[in-house]
Amino acid sequence: MKPAPFAYDAPRQLGEVLELLAREDEDVKVLAGGQSLVPLLNFRLARPDRLVDLNGVESLAYLRVEDGALRIGALARHADLERSAEVASGWPLLAEAVRHVGHPQIRVRGTVCGSVAHADPAAELPVALCVLDVRFHVRSVRGSRVLGADELFLGFLTTSLEPDELLVEIEVPAPPAGSGTGFAEHARTHGDFALGGAAALVAGEEARLALLGAGPVPVRFDGAPGDLPDAAVADLSLTGPDAEWRRALLRELARDALERAVA
Amino acid sequence: MRISVEINGRSHEGEVEPRTLLSDFIRHGAGLHGTHVGCEHGVCGACTVQLDGEPVRSCLMLAVQADGRSLRTVESLAPPEGGLHPLQAAFQETHALQCGFCTPGFLMSIEAFLREHPQPTEHEIREALAGNLCRCTGYKAIIEAVERAAERLHRP
Repeated sequence: MKPAPFAYDAPRQLGEVLELLAREDEDVKVLAGGQSLVPLLNFRLARPDRLVDLNGVESLAYLRVEDGALRIGALARHADLERSAEVASGWPLLAEAVRHVGHPQIRVRGTVCGSVAHADPAAELPVALCVLDVRFHVRSVRGSRVLGADELFLGFLTTSLEPDELLVEIEVPAPPAGSGTGFAEHARTHGDFALGGAAALVAGEEARLALLGAGPVPVRFDGAPGDLPDAAVADLSLTGPDAEWRRALLRELARDALERAVA
Repeated sequence: MRISVEINGRSHEGEVEPRTLLSDFIRHGAGLHGTHVGCEHGVCGACTVQLDGEPVRSCLMLAVQADGRSLRTVESLAPPEGGLHPLQAAFQETHALQCGFCTPGFLMSIEAFLREHPQPTEHEIREALAGNLCRCTGYKAIIEAVERAAERLHRP
């Protein structure tokens, strides 16, 4: 199908973007990579009055390391993350997870911040970011605020971002010294939506684990590496005829991710 | 909105609505029918073209977003003097297509892939093909075509 009509703006400055998002008389949506939004437009599941295209705002197109933290601007693409030597050496978990996002043709366009703001429960990056203690920087004409993963993700495709707010940057601190990370997922074909996944960070006797496919938002668990796989899946409220299969799958993926983290 | 897009080295201008998909502009605005439109939600890969050298789904971009950019479609592959691109020839020889509907998308994805991976392993080829659906061949012949094309393109 084709999208319903909408008004379109392609501003060059962040300030203009925020002004447009603040219009109260219209349903305004942000267009970044478009790899999730455009299908929704084509299906007419989304019928915004106005699209604000970020692609011309050059000040948002960055991926850089500053004061030891990785800073991912709103226009940084999945492919930028995938191809960055700094990410590969400093944040290998992100380099690993991003290769599971869609296909090369999707990663060339899709943005990291867009994927986070879309909050699909089957998305890889929110789960990987969740174990890295990231900070989400949000801007609007009203001001700015900083959110943690537990404050941002509220439910299925739902975040705490207000209609006038833009996720402008994800700040990823350096993983703790001496720690290792691992990612594992199961999908029917490479690049398809994952049926389950796990991201892990292990620093000595302490580990962090986040699961994908365990609920409407990334679920994070902290504890001893040996206990985590069983502890994490024990309390998951999985429903449906395949609930026990999914629980077993998630336990195995958790174990796999934790093993990779110490390897 | 008035846009101007360079497609296969030639400038194409047109008047489009903001909601016009790039895939529709390529077919109806520029009259290049080699790019096929399958699912229109980014799953099948039939509409894959190259935007500034990188493979993208043309059904997941608005035509206005391509204003001032440079595109390549399947029409750019065969040499102007006639004959086939080595990748097209390999597809023909290994019977990597039956109905051919998906083929333009495969070709534009793989052509970009082989530039980045001149000597791919079979596993890499399989991963690279995962973003394009073919309902006829079962993929085996396509993998063989990519291997054959890689050998020929890589040979100095």
